[in-house]
Amino acid sequence: MIFPMLSEAWQAMGANRLRTILTMLGMIIGVGAVILMLAIGQGVRQQVESSIASMGSNLFIILSGSTTAGGARMGSGALPTLTIADAQAIEELPGVSAIAPSAPGTAQLVYGSNNWSTQVIGTTPSYLDVRDWELVSGAAFTDSDVRSATRVALLGQTVVQNLFGDEDPTGKTIRIKNSPYLVLGVLGPKGQSLDGRDQDDTVLIPVTTAQRKLFGTQFAGAVRFMMAQAESAALMPSVEKGMTELLRQRHHIREGEDDDFTVRNLTALMNTAASTAEVMSLMLGAIASISLVVGGIGIMNIMLVSVTERTREIGIRMAIGARGRDVLMQFLLEAIMISLIGCLIGVLLGVGGALLVSKLAGLNVIVTPVSIFMAFGVATSIGVFFGWYPARKASRLKPIDALRYQ
Amino acid sequence: MSDPGAAVIRIERLYKEYETDAGPVPVLHGLDVSVMPGEFVAIMGPSGSGKSTFMNILGCLDVATKGEYFLNGRDVNAQSSDELAHLRNEVLGFVFQGFNLLPRANLEDNVGLPLIYSGAGRAERMERANDMLGKVGLGQYRRSFPNQISGGQQQRVAIARALVNQPKLLLADEPTGNLDTRTSQEIMALFSELNQRDGITIVLVTHEPDIAGYAQRLIRLSDGRIVYDGPVEHAAPHHLEATQ
Repeated sequence: MIFPMLSEAWQAMGANRLRTILTMLGMIIGVGAVILMLAIGQGVRQQVESSIASMGSNLFIILSGSTTAGGARMGSGALPTLTIADAQAIEELPGVSAIAPSAPGTAQLVYGSNNWSTQVIGTTPSYLDVRDWELVSGAAFTDSDVRSATRVALLGQTVVQNLFGDEDPTGKTIRIKNSPYLVLGVLGPKGQSLDGRDQDDTVLIPVTTAQRKLFGTQFAGAVRFMMAQAESAALMPSVEKGMTELLRQRHHIREGEDDDFTVRNLTALMNTAASTAEVMSLMLGAIASISLVVGGIGIMNIMLVSVTERTREIGIRMAIGARGRDVLMQFLLEAIMISLIGCLIGVLLGVGGALLVSKLAGLNVIVTPVSIFMAFGVATSIGVFFGWYPARKASRLKPIDALRYQ
Repeated sequence: MSDPGAAVIRIERLYKEYETDAGPVPVLHGLDVSVMPGEFVAIMGPSGSGKSTFMNILGCLDVATKGEYFLNGRDVNAQSSDELAHLRNEVLGFVFQGFNLLPRANLEDNVGLPLIYSGAGRAERMERANDMLGKVGLGQYRRSFPNQISGGQQQRVAIARALVNQPKLLLADEPTGNLDTRTSQEIMALFSELNQRDGITIVLVTHEPDIAGYAQRLIRLSDGRIVYDGPVEHAAPHHLEATQ
């Protein structure tokens, strides 16, 4: 019974080709938009998640405080109130697994005939632990390098590419601000950070070397910021409290006075970014779904017209033995067929569009099989849902009324 | 009448009213009719006499307001709409004045259509449809479409469709109303042949005495009542007069 009906549905669709195509267009655009939007949303989400993973987990950043100089307030980190000694004290706190005091600056790097300006961070070996940063070759500098302020460096991938090309930099000597530094190793690739900075465009050197030999400081041992890692996510609130209390004590801040430092929970910030990305992806999907519903209403509209136009045909079929459910089935199949074929074309267009977007706009897009299956499921449901009313209307016609209809 | 249980059609005190804004309008006033297997009955009557309404009730397309209707021994009033569809499909064949073929389907598919609803497979459908087309003399047109053949040929296709499921009863509502005289005669010759050779029971509505002359029995309706029911040759001239 179903096969002759399928072929009749196919014939009916072919009988008014332009109208069928226009009806399908609503479905095509709806499904295409959903597939494309979900692909973009998924891509953005994945990018955010991998950026977060590249930051390291359970992270705090402690910035030295702002200060007021003659009425003009300087930003965070303007006054170097944090010191290496602060970092050593924090490391003793329960729940803190690692801390990396950091003294960043910008410097010109030279190797052979190449030169490159980049961010140079003076820090301790813990920095690699805190950031979950692996070395792809060589070895990290050690605490003894920090104690004796040796001129050694670890290079990020971007720096390596710009200074060395394909050459292996480990063991070579580069010049930073005209002083020679021995390259101990190369950092693994991290990619973009959440704010779009290239995390690989960086050089790590011992913090003491940076303070004493490269940048110099106003105050001995002062650092701009520190990155601290808690042992677990559950410990983060108590670690934050402990660090704040310890630093207030060490900086002799009386009750009621403002902190001269800022503690930021980076992981919480990251989670916010992740959930923002998720909400965005959901919203894109939701907006695209609206066009799918509009497409469904288009199908219903055309099916209603079709039922009216074919009232006589329905009458003839009933006069020769079609039951109500045969007529219902016929129109329902037609609606489902229109929406499924529309869906198929929509999926092809959506996937094609996603590939185009990733190629032209360089956006990360991911088409998941789940979203395609979902599109087919939704399209069938829309066919049934919006086809039901017209089909039922057709099936409830009285044979004699349908036959007399002119 | 012999054994009434063997009648193809048995109708008792059949009433039909139409609901209008001005109240119910009676159309049929208590008809009593029986049709035995193998009979060829012509129904005549002026416009408004209720013969089309009567025909639609016979064809299970419409239901009576009151009264009994047994089709092939089954109480039509007690059937559900699905069962009525089944009766229309397997017990009845209906031929319309306007042919009522599906314009988008070829002749083979048109004739095979009732078999879809009785659940026959494609091969059986095509075989039986082609047999029927051959019987009405259109075997060579099976792939043609209704708009490619003449009116008389279309009516032959409609007859083939009505007969494809081997019904007990063939109903024809002014089957020659849209045809010229010569074609009408051909169609009526076909009806006679089906009745005499194959023993198919036929009930036919017509305006024309010539057409009624092909039948054995005449029922004359006037204002919803039967004014004559008997052999065609015994009918008074005014019972046979043309009504249009």
